[in-house]
Amino acid sequence: MSIAEEQDQRGGVTIARLLMSFGPLLFLAALVIVFTVLKPSFIDPINLFNITRQISITGLIALGMTFVILTAGIDLSVGSLLAFCGMVAAVVAKGGAANTLSLSTSGTQGYGWFAALLAAVIVGAAAGGVQGLAITRLKVPPFVVTLGGLTVFRGLTLTISNGGPISGFDASMRWFGTGLIGPVPVPAIIFAIAAILCHIVLRYTRYGRAVYAVGGNAEAARLSGLRVDRILVSVYVIVGFFAGLAAFVLSARLNSSEAVAGIGYELTVISAVVIGGTSLFGGIGSVGGTVVGAALIGVLQNGLQFNNVSSYTQSIVIGLILILAVAFDRWLKSRVRR
Amino acid sequence: MPAEAALLAVESITKHFSGVTALSDVSLDIHPGEILGLLGENGAGKSTLLKILSGVMPPSSGRIIFDGADYAPSSPQDAKRLGIVTIYQELSLIPTLTVAENIFIGRAPVGSLGLVNWRRMEASSRDIIARVGLSIDPMTPVSALSVAEQQLVEIARALSLQSRLIIMDEPTSALTETEVQRLLSIMDRLRQDKVAIMFVTHRLEEASAICDRMTVLRDGRLAGHLDRDKGRPIQLPRIIEKMVGRAASELYARPAQRAVAGDIVLSVRGLRTVRDPEAPHAIVLDGVDIDVKAGEILGVAGLVGSGRTELARAIFGADRIAAGTITLGGKQIAPASPADAIALGIGLVPEDRKHQAIFAALGILPNFSVASLGHFSNGFGFMAERRERDALSGFRKMLSIRMASAEQAIEGLSGGNQQKVILARWLARDPKVLIVDEPTRGVDVGAKAEVHQILVQLAARGIAVMMISSELPEVLAVSDRIVTMRRGRITGEMPGVEANEEKLMELMALDSQDALGRDAEGQAR
Repeated sequence: MSIAEEQDQRGGVTIARLLMSFGPLLFLAALVIVFTVLKPSFIDPINLFNITRQISITGLIALGMTFVILTAGIDLSVGSLLAFCGMVAAVVAKGGAANTLSLSTSGTQGYGWFAALLAAVIVGAAAGGVQGLAITRLKVPPFVVTLGGLTVFRGLTLTISNGGPISGFDASMRWFGTGLIGPVPVPAIIFAIAAILCHIVLRYTRYGRAVYAVGGNAEAARLSGLRVDRILVSVYVIVGFFAGLAAFVLSARLNSSEAVAGIGYELTVISAVVIGGTSLFGGIGSVGGTVVGAALIGVLQNGLQFNNVSSYTQSIVIGLILILAVAFDRWLKSRVRR
Repeated sequence: MPAEAALLAVESITKHFSGVTALSDVSLDIHPGEILGLLGENGAGKSTLLKILSGVMPPSSGRIIFDGADYAPSSPQDAKRLGIVTIYQELSLIPTLTVAENIFIGRAPVGSLGLVNWRRMEASSRDIIARVGLSIDPMTPVSALSVAEQQLVEIARALSLQSRLIIMDEPTSALTETEVQRLLSIMDRLRQDKVAIMFVTHRLEEASAICDRMTVLRDGRLAGHLDRDKGRPIQLPRIIEKMVGRAASELYARPAQRAVAGDIVLSVRGLRTVRDPEAPHAIVLDGVDIDVKAGEILGVAGLVGSGRTELARAIFGADRIAAGTITLGGKQIAPASPADAIALGIGLVPEDRKHQAIFAALGILPNFSVASLGHFSNGFGFMAERRERDALSGFRKMLSIRMASAEQAIEGLSGGNQQKVILARWLARDPKVLIVDEPTRGVDVGAKAEVHQILVQLAARGIAVMMISSELPEVLAVSDRIVTMRRGRITGEMPGVEANEEKLMELMALDSQDALGRDAEGQAR
């Protein structure tokens, strides 16, 4: 490339560069405006907080998925893992797998919400770690390992629960799904805190730098002294942790852990990350983008529902948006590169 | 040139990119049966010109005449149809398909039922590739071919398309010496067949050996045309002077001989490796002994396939060692990974910058600090960005890295500046030993001298520098001591002042008289 072209890149296409950073955000703003015009009650704080509650489950997993995709990996098992961790949390919370709907805490021999939360995130992180080891040690591509995981974790879930749900948690646990702090739903607060922490980790720590480096060029990362395999394992641990956390919040919200929970979540989660501008080839992306991506999907779903669009049609729209978002990103990049 | 009309005539072409001029008033012509060298540093406008000729983009002004008619291709396909084929460094063959399928892609001979006539395709492919001296089975998948063979297949395909002008963009950069010679002789044959070739290259010796004429660009302008002098090859100093606008003697000027009295820092004894099934093409080291002293530059000269890169990787812990010892500062070490070697004070600037060193999409800052994240972070794992930036700006001054900001993506820098960032990456660690593998590959002629100066400075600071290179002028210019390698062994050693190209070449290529003879011919000025 000539010097002139380099200069051209810096001077002439700043707008494209700006769009690249803020494109998804602008699109989100546009959607909010459109839905508000269609139905002014869309902008009601109650509805908006509703949306934050809706996006927080997949949003939490999407935070973890951002780490994975930044390393050019993928995790298809998160939906199944969520169901599995939810079931583990339920068993711990209730002290057994019996499906007893008892809303009172007395009389059950459960271990309480904290033990349930701990169990969910530990099992999630461990399951992620096992998949990470399979990827790095056995040299099986992440797509295949986690595709296997998708089936395995679903099977484990059904085995524990015998196919049914485990329901009825005590009020202290349910608060994490249904509670409010002021007007803000607790799941949204959990999501917000987690997002800020993830942002800090990726943006300001040496670990974050290493994740980008491994995703940007694994061979160069190795020759620069990074322990590439360890970092790869760690990102699957992180996404597993978040699947466990999301499972806990979801079970608390529904007052039940369903064996069929989380089916198809992997697609929503990956969509959120990709719409948010993270490259599936690794090395490019941010937590901020993922939050916007998750919000975009949430607003779209809620807004369409608000206007009585069927969930079937919603699927079609979200799928098309995903493709358009990536196409737009590509187009901007090609403009910037030329 | 001959009275014969030019096949291609470029008449004062200019190309602007939103206000910036990439090419300004450039003219050149090329005749049938002629090899024209197109030379210039990175950023001189070569790639812009190439893009215009191959139909990727139109010029802003000016005129191109091809075969007597106005030439304004709307796309690369269009250019091909008109008879101009461009062969890029990144080959465009489909690796999973066979040679025959690649040659006939999109135009496979079909029988009466509309099915592919494989027999005819195979037979015609055989004829086509024979034209470029290949005798492989056309039904071989392309992935099984060497880079050189793939290149020949591309040229064969271009010929089968009745191309009148073949533009070759850096065709020799991935080839071994023998393969280069073969390519050059095929180019010579094509010249006799009246095909015109535009040869874009960084390798001046090759350009000098084969080109009838040269067009040199500098800063988007025409620096001049060079002709053979009474049939003798165009001489390197003339080319270099046109390229950089100053005399060549300044470029490979040997720095004053320094007194090197350092202790041995790195000592390798009896180093052996075994064939790795995952890298079957790697050369096996067969008992290498080597010493590097503090404050010296040890030049390691070897042709492709001599084991020079494998030696670097073995010391650096990137490849497994089967036998032998490595001693660093008097202590025996056994680095099992690059991370181990780095922690011990060894740095490596790898030969393939794009794939092994830079993080193309990331900014200069993370590219710089990636090997010293521990150093630039606090006890809690947070980056100390202020310190990191200060360090980078220090190196920016010291190495005169030309960059816009620390956030700028490194891929936007020129090769020379990228290499300086990689050097800074290691300097930040203050290494005891720095191994640089082909430090000026893909670096402009002008920036090469700067990189050489930097290496000399580093040695002066007491670092033991081991420089691996296949460019003999480079080895001669900076090495205090030189060892030569061939087939995984050290074949000779001499002080830098006593070495010359002939001596080194003899030691590097001793058992292949053939290659030596041809090379001597290529070096003839």
